[in-house]
Formats: sequence, structure tokens, C-alpha cells
Amino acid sequence: MKYVIIGNSAGAIGCIEGIRRHDKAGHIVLISAEPYHTYSRPLISYLLLGATDEQRMKYRPDDFYQQNGVETILGVAVSKIDAAKKQLKLSDGHTVKYDKLLAATGSTPFVPPTKGLEKAANAFTFMTLDDAKALDAVLTPTSRVLVVGAGLIGLKCVEGILHKVQSVTVVDLADRVLSSILNEKGAAIMQQYLAAKGVNFIMGDCVAEFGKNTARLQNSGQKLEFDALVMAVGVRPNTQLLADAGAETDRGVLVDEHCQTSLPDVYAAGDCTQGYDMAAGEKRILALLPNAYLQGECAGANMAGAEKEFTTGLAMNSIGFWGRHIMTAGVYEGKALEETDGDNYKCLFVKDNRLVGFIIIGDVARAGIYTALIREQKPLDEVDFELIKTHPQLMAFSRRERAQMLAGAKEEEA
Amino acid sequence: MKRVYVQEQWCLACHLCEYACAFANSGQKDMSKALKGVKINPRIRIEERDNISFAVNCRHCEEPLCQKSCISGAISVKDGVVHIDQDKCVGCYTCVLACPYGAIMPADGGHVMQKCELCTANGGEPACVAACPNRAIVFEER
Repeated sequence: MKYVIIGNSAGAIGCIEGIRRHDKAGHIVLISAEPYHTYSRPLISYLLLGATDEQRMKYRPDDFYQQNGVETILGVAVSKIDAAKKQLKLSDGHTVKYDKLLAATGSTPFVPPTKGLEKAANAFTFMTLDDAKALDAVLTPTSRVLVVGAGLIGLKCVEGILHKVQSVTVVDLADRVLSSILNEKGAAIMQQYLAAKGVNFIMGDCVAEFGKNTARLQNSGQKLEFDALVMAVGVRPNTQLLADAGAETDRGVLVDEHCQTSLPDVYAAGDCTQGYDMAAGEKRILALLPNAYLQGECAGANMAGAEKEFTTGLAMNSIGFWGRHIMTAGVYEGKALEETDGDNYKCLFVKDNRLVGFIIIGDVARAGIYTALIREQKPLDEVDFELIKTHPQLMAFSRRERAQMLAGAKEEEA
Repeated sequence: MKRVYVQEQWCLACHLCEYACAFANSGQKDMSKALKGVKINPRIRIEERDNISFAVNCRHCEEPLCQKSCISGAISVKDGVVHIDQDKCVGCYTCVLACPYGAIMPADGGHVMQKCELCTANGGEPACVAACPNRAIVFEER
């Protein structure tokens, strides 16, 4: 059996580990356009912050490929998938045959076409290790940095660089920060907090035209000066390779509960995919590292002939800024139960006797208990909801369920 | 594999497990030096309410969501024990968001995470088990 994996991040690594649980011998080939050992992309902001380094941000140990019998082809892109012949064409002209293929092709920063952008000096996106290194190389204590996009990537970038530069200004067309994961209240709390740390925000506006070191805003007409520019508006799934090969795509590559695409023996995982979101009840793009790993692991198991389903995908984000943490999960539908306590904010979303989502800022202790309620679709009348609403805790479950959780009781005997 | 199991009907809510855990993971030899005047931050925690109490620590899941969710690759499984490499951890708290038991928490300072590792680094059987006066916490195969 010959397994081929395109990509070298969480989806790819999950796939290798998924395969090796069931098949210790099959030949695995991993192909990645980036020339690096597997590393954690979300750690690039921590690299600039000084909280990690290139060695420690490796996603798996140095001997990982060797230990798992993986042949790597790094620094080479895949230019074509021929699903009929079951082979790949590489950018260096070689062809590679496969029996089972995983495409974990990731996503690419979306850069909105803007007048004059090609003239802007020191313009970057913030997705890869090379992006982070390139940005870091131009920053000085007198740099004025303009970040376009107040989402997860833009603001983590801000956290990473603020201490290195003179000023950071964030512009976003949305009326609130972190609009993909926060409601109005949560966003207002975080914007105020980040502003107090020294970040300048211009919300509800976008850049109409760039000059070499200037940006003219669309709505206010205001002209901003910058020494470095980070475009962090969002990411788009890399679907082209699979779409050209004939795989069904929507916004992402469509995968089923086995993480298989519509093509035989071709699987996909991670940011490039659109798989089932159990909280939303439909296929959505969940460009999150945990989701990528779990999809890759599921795909790998199936590629190796086991039967494994991944049906518990859901949006979940844990993101912190200078020690203040936010956790969110699921969807924000149904009844919103809000609670503000000093610096802490919490909003639980309850629908049809289920917890379907939450937003927590500040006191995030044990929030995984809430995530599990969503993941398990636990009927809330089976727990002491008034109790668990105040703090996530196992006390809110029945004695029988606790015996299963903590005392190793089997379901039938408990 | 042997795991720490909690039998809540025997728990006295004496919190000795928490102190034993904090001491075992303090790296110190003298318990009073390690704990006196210190706000302990144990990896096993008692929940108590009315007449019910029980200890909660890492379950060392066979399919550990913390490990699969860890964005830095800091969590690994060795011989069934789920381990955090605090040198690699960046304190993103994703494991806290993933753990269904609420059994992972920040280490002192809040910059890296900690969890029960069955005292594998402390040379011996789990300290919480040894300290429990009523066998409400046991270390065995089930």
C-alpha cells in the first residue's frame, strides 16, 4: 500500500498517526511546498512575541518522519492530481503514484484587490513561518504598522509585534473586532482591552487606495501612514488542485464523515475542506488546527482500511492576548444567557434543551466541560443546569455519569 | 494500564490529595517549606457541594482530545500517560477548551499548562493516592 500526503501541517500529521495505528508497514510519502520540518502555523505570532522559537514550534519531534517511516519530499509543490491514473505531477517534473491520497492543502490569505496595493512598501500576509520571518525582518522600534483585518490572524499578529514597534493601527470593515467569533458585547470588551494595551482601531472602514507608505480610507477619507503593512482579512481554502481533479467543492473541498472527497481513494483534511459542523448542522469550513488534526487522523484510519467516522467537528477557538483569554465554541443561536462579573464575560447559547455555543472572556477555567456538552449534544434537563451555568463542573452530572467519568464504570454496569 | 480512579462515596473532602499533589510537583524535599504560605495549584482538584465531594484529575483518555487539539504539539502520549512538554507549551489554553473533564489548568504564572501525569516524573505511585486516608482515590487497572 502506498499512501501519499500533500501538506505537512496538522491534517497531514494527523493522517500519518491515523495510518500508523492500523498499518505499520505501508509506504508513506509526504509532499510539501514548504521546505520545513512540520511546524505549528498558529505559533508564528508566539514566535514574534518571543514565547517560542523555531525549534520548539516544531509540531512533532525531529525524528518524527523517521519513527513513522515517512519519506518526505519538501520544497516541492504538487501541480496536478490525476485521479484516473492515481498519480501526482510535481513542480519539479516528477510523478508520484498513490494508492490512497490525502490532500491537506491548507488555505491562503485572501488579499482583497485594492488600488495601489502593489506600490505598498513592506506588505505582508501572516500565515506561514516565512511570512513571520519576513515581517520581523523589517520591524524596528520606530515602525508604524498598519494591520488590515481585526480577526484572529490580524490581532494575534498585533500581539506578536506590538512590543517591537512604535505603533500599530488596525483597520477593519466590520463594526467589531474578532467578528467571526465574538458577539457585540464580547467584541466591545476585547476592543477596549486591546486599545488599553496601545492598539489603535479604526472600525467600519477599509482602505480605498494604497501609496508606498500611505493608505487612504474609504469612508472617512483619512490618510494613514505606515512603514509596514499586514493584510489579514481572512483565508480561502486551497481547493484548486482537487477541483481540477474533479472533486466536488463548494467553498471548500467537500468531505464526508470518513473525510473522503467525492473521488475514489482521495481524502482531504484541514483548512482546505468543508466538512460537517455538528453544531451548525451543515457542512462548513472549520479552519482550525484541532479540526485539521482530527480530520487527518480519521482520513488516515480509513485510508489504512479501518472504519472511522468524524462527526463531531465544531467551531472552537481559544485565543488569548497578553494573558487575557477568550474561548468560544459552537454556534450562537437560541437563547443567549449572558453574565458579566467584573472583567469576566460569559454567554451561553441554549436551544432545544441543548447547549449549542458559548463565548467566555476572562475566567475560562474548565470550559472544556461546556464544549463536551455541545459535542455530546447533552440534553440539559439531564444535568443540573443552574449549577453548571455558574461554573463548568462535574458536580452537575448524575452520580452514575460521574462514576463513568471518574471511576471507570462501564456504561452498562453503572 | 493503571489509572487513578475516584470513588466519591469514600471522599471526605479533606483536600489532602491536593496538598500531596502540590508537594509532589514542587520539586522540594520538605513539605512545610514547599507549602507553607503558598497558594497551592494542584493538578487534582476536589469538587464539593452539600454532602457530595470527589477529586478530579486527568483521565489519561485513550483518545485524548487535549493531545489532538494541542496547537503546538506540546502534548504527547507515552505508554498511555498524557504528558505536557511545558517547554513547548505556549499557553494558548486550547487543551482547556478541549478537555471534557476540566482537568487541565494553567501552571503558576499562567504561561504554560499543567495536568496530572500520574507522578511519572516524581518517581513512584501517584502522591494523591498515597495521601488519601480513605481509599477514595486508588491507582489500579479497571
